[in-house]
Amino acid sequence: MSAALALADDALVLSHRLGEWAGHAPVLEEEVALANIALDLLGQARSLYSLVGDEDELAYLREERAFRNVQLVEQPDGDFAHTIARQLYFSAYQLPLYRALAATDSALAPLAAKAAKEVEYHLDHARLWTLRLGDGTDESHTRMQRACTALWKFTGELFQPVEGLDADPAALEAEWLVDIGEVLERATLTLPDGPRRGGWAAGAGRQGLHTEPFGRMLAEMQHLHRSHPGATW
Amino acid sequence: MTAVAGGASAAEGAGSGEDAFLAAFDAAVAAEERIEPRDWMPDAYRATLVRQMAQHAHSEIIGMQPEANWITRAPSLRRKAILMAKVQDEAGHGLYLYSATETLGTGRDELLDKLHAGRQKYSSIFNYPTLTWADVGAIGWLVDGAAITNQVPLCRCSYGPYARAMIRICKEESFHQRQGFELLLALSEGTPEQHAMAQDAVDRWWWPSLMMFGPPDGESAHSAQSTAWKIKRFSNDELRQRFVDICVPQAEALGLTLPDPDLRWNEDKGGHDFGAIDWSEFQAVLKGNGPCNEERITQRRRAHEDGAWVRDAAAAYAAKQAAGSDEKAVAA
Repeated sequence: MSAALALADDALVLSHRLGEWAGHAPVLEEEVALANIALDLLGQARSLYSLVGDEDELAYLREERAFRNVQLVEQPDGDFAHTIARQLYFSAYQLPLYRALAATDSALAPLAAKAAKEVEYHLDHARLWTLRLGDGTDESHTRMQRACTALWKFTGELFQPVEGLDADPAALEAEWLVDIGEVLERATLTLPDGPRRGGWAAGAGRQGLHTEPFGRMLAEMQHLHRSHPGATW
Repeated sequence: MTAVAGGASAAEGAGSGEDAFLAAFDAAVAAEERIEPRDWMPDAYRATLVRQMAQHAHSEIIGMQPEANWITRAPSLRRKAILMAKVQDEAGHGLYLYSATETLGTGRDELLDKLHAGRQKYSSIFNYPTLTWADVGAIGWLVDGAAITNQVPLCRCSYGPYARAMIRICKEESFHQRQGFELLLALSEGTPEQHAMAQDAVDRWWWPSLMMFGPPDGESAHSAQSTAWKIKRFSNDELRQRFVDICVPQAEALGLTLPDPDLRWNEDKGGHDFGAIDWSEFQAVLKGNGPCNEERITQRRRAHEDGAWVRDAAAAYAAKQAAGSDEKAVAA
C-alpha cells in the first residue's frame, strides 16, 4: 500500500529529525514539546507501517532510494526557526490531509482520525512559534523569514498525487496556501515567492530521490540494527 | 500542612524572636508535619533544600544527554519510542523540580545560571559516557534503580513541595527502571554479541551506580543535619546496602554478573557483603575530571546560549501582545 508507506516515511523521518533536538532545545518546555511531537509522529509511522509490513524491516532495512517521504521532512534541523518553519509547512499539510482521509472509507481512515487530533496540536505549536519568532525581535524575525524562504522550494512536493491516497491534492494545496499565507502575515513575515519545487526532479522524495543529508541520517538511524542481522531488541 | 504557619502566634505565645519560631519548626518536624513554602524555616534548612533540590533538578536535565545520545540510533522503533518518552519525562521532572525549588525563593533562571557556571552540581553518574545501546538499559536498571532507592524515602521528606514532587517522579522512574531491565533482558537472551554488550554495560555502570549514594557515612558532610531535619531518612550506606541487596537477584534473573569478586551473601547481617568502592574516582568525577564532565556542561551551556534569541523573541512577542491588549482595554 504505497500511500501508507509514503505517509509513514514522512512521519518517521520528521520524528527522527525532531528527536535530534533532545538535550539541545532553547528552553526546557521545548524539550518536552519537541519530544512530544516526535513521539506522536513515531506512533503514526508505526501504525501506518503495520498496514504495509514489519515496521522495523521497513524502517531499518530499506535504503535511501526506497524511502518515499517528501524531501521537506528530511531537511536538517538548522536553527530553531528552521525547525519551526519545517514543522509549520508539514503540519499545515498533514492536518487537512488526515482530516480528509478520516472522512473516507479507506483503510487509513481510523488511523487518520486519531492522528488528526495530534497534528492539530503540532500545528498550533508551530503557528504560535511562527508568531513569536516572526513578530518577536529583529533577529528572530530575520531568522524566521530566512527559514520560511529556504524551505519554500520543498513545499510543492507535498501536493504531488500519491497512488492510493484518497484525497484531492489540488484542494489540499489551495487550503494550505491560504493557511500559510494567513499565519505568515500575522507573524509580519512575507510569503516567499520563489519556485515551490527543487530544480531537478518533480515529486522527488515520493519517487525515492532524496537530498544529500538524508543518506547520512539513515546511516545513523540504521547502523546498529543493520550491524546485528536477525537480532531482536 | 502549614506546620509553622502559626509561627507568628506560636512565637507570641512562647515569648519572642527566632527561638520561638525554631521551637515551633522543630516541633512540626518532630511531629512529621510537612513544612510548606510560607512557613518559617531556618535559613540553613532553606539553603540545604535549595542545594539538594537544585542539584536534583540539574541531574534530570544533564541526565537527558547520555540517553539522548542513543535516540537517533535506537535499534527498533519500539525502543526508540520508549527512549524518547523517557527523555521527555526527564525534562518534565526537571521542570517539576525547578518549580518546587522556586517555592524556596529562588528562580529557574538563577538556578540554571549557577549550573552553567559550575556553582551547583548535578549527579556524578551523568559524567559517564553511553558507549553502546546496552548502556541505555544499564542506566534504566542501575542508575534509575539507585535513584529510586534514594528518592522513595524523599517522598516522606519534611518539605512538602519536595515530597510531593518525589511521589510523582518516583512513579515514572519505576516505570523507566522496569523498561531498562526489560531492555537488558532482551539483550542478555539475544545473540552472543548482544549478551556481551549487556554484560559490558553492566560492568561499566555498576560501580558508578553504587557511588550515587554518596560518600560513606563517616564522610558525608550534610548527613547529620539533613537527618535531623527529616530531609534524609536513611544513611548513604544503608541505602547503598539496600540497593545491592535488590540488584543481586535481579542480575541473576538477567543472566548477567556483577563485576565484584567480593560480592557474597552474609548470613549474619542478612545482606550482601561487597567490595571496596574506588572513592578516588568518585572524588575526581565530582571535581570535574570524569570522562564527560566537560562535554555535558558544554552542551548544556551551548543549548542555553544558542537558545537565547528564541527566549528573547518569546519575551518580546509577549510584551507586544500585553501592550496590544492594554491599548484595546483603553479603547474600550
